[in-house]
Amino acid sequence: MIALSHYLVLAGILFCISVAGIVLNRKNVIILLMCIELMLLAVNTNFIAFSRCLQSTADTAGQVFVFFILTVAAAEAAIGLAILVVLFRNRSTINVEDLDSLKG
Amino acid sequence: MYEQMVFYAFAAVLLASAIMVISVRNPVHAALFLVLTFFTSAAVWLLLEAEFLAIVLVLVYVGAVMVLFLFVVMMLDINIARLREGFTRYLPIGMLIAVVMALEIGFVVGPKYFGAEHFGPLKRVDGQFSNTEALGNELYTTYVYPFEIASVILLVAIIAAIVLTMRKRKDNKSQNPSEQIKSRRAENVRIVKMSPERKP
Repeated sequence: MIALSHYLVLAGILFCISVAGIVLNRKNVIILLMCIELMLLAVNTNFIAFSRCLQSTADTAGQVFVFFILTVAAAEAAIGLAILVVLFRNRSTINVEDLDSLKG
Repeated sequence: MYEQMVFYAFAAVLLASAIMVISVRNPVHAALFLVLTFFTSAAVWLLLEAEFLAIVLVLVYVGAVMVLFLFVVMMLDINIARLREGFTRYLPIGMLIAVVMALEIGFVVGPKYFGAEHFGPLKRVDGQFSNTEALGNELYTTYVYPFEIASVILLVAIIAAIVLTMRKRKDNKSQNPSEQIKSRRAENVRIVKMSPERKP
């Protein structure tokens, strides 16, 4: 029997994997963006699991929230990748260590 | 029993592909594994009876966002070897953080508080229930203003992406509409009075 905790633990582990990914791939901006997408996915899974839990009360607020998170995440990915392209065009690198021109 | 099997199968694929995303060398492979992660996650959402959002995840994420990612990854000519420096050095601390966080989250949301006895077998809705219809009803009545704001956010994202990546070429001969509108007749046309020439 699948209970709510199964989904919550699954989403929690997914979130931890993406946190580890941010620590491990801290030089590659593209992988960092992908890890952020993974985090959002874990959070969305949580929202949907709780929404399913409340479905007997016909409460779909959690799913509506996921809808808006997806919208914002798509916008974020588009702008983030556009910034990345401009960055690569100007500095010809996406290594985080090389992007230190703001350092005093 | 069958539901349990399906859940564990998809959860295993989901976690394995997520681990591959953060550990493969090649960013293109990472993006492709991320596609697999999203796809499997959509299956998990289907198991949670969120049919509309599952198909939106496949269409929007796999269909649009990940293609954008692949586009950018393939367009940038990056030196993978340099970007991988320090992976093994950060591996212990990354694993430590992840395991500790997973344990903490597990203690909070684990079976003790959210288990079967509290949130018993999740109820199935009957076959006539339409998730899309319920979501649409909610979205266009209660959440209509947030919905409009979401559309504005998308518009801003479109404009920002275009403005950021647009490159002005020096030799292009584009027109400047502002100058065209501002120009007046008096500045461009001069009427000269002169006597008509006679035929000899």
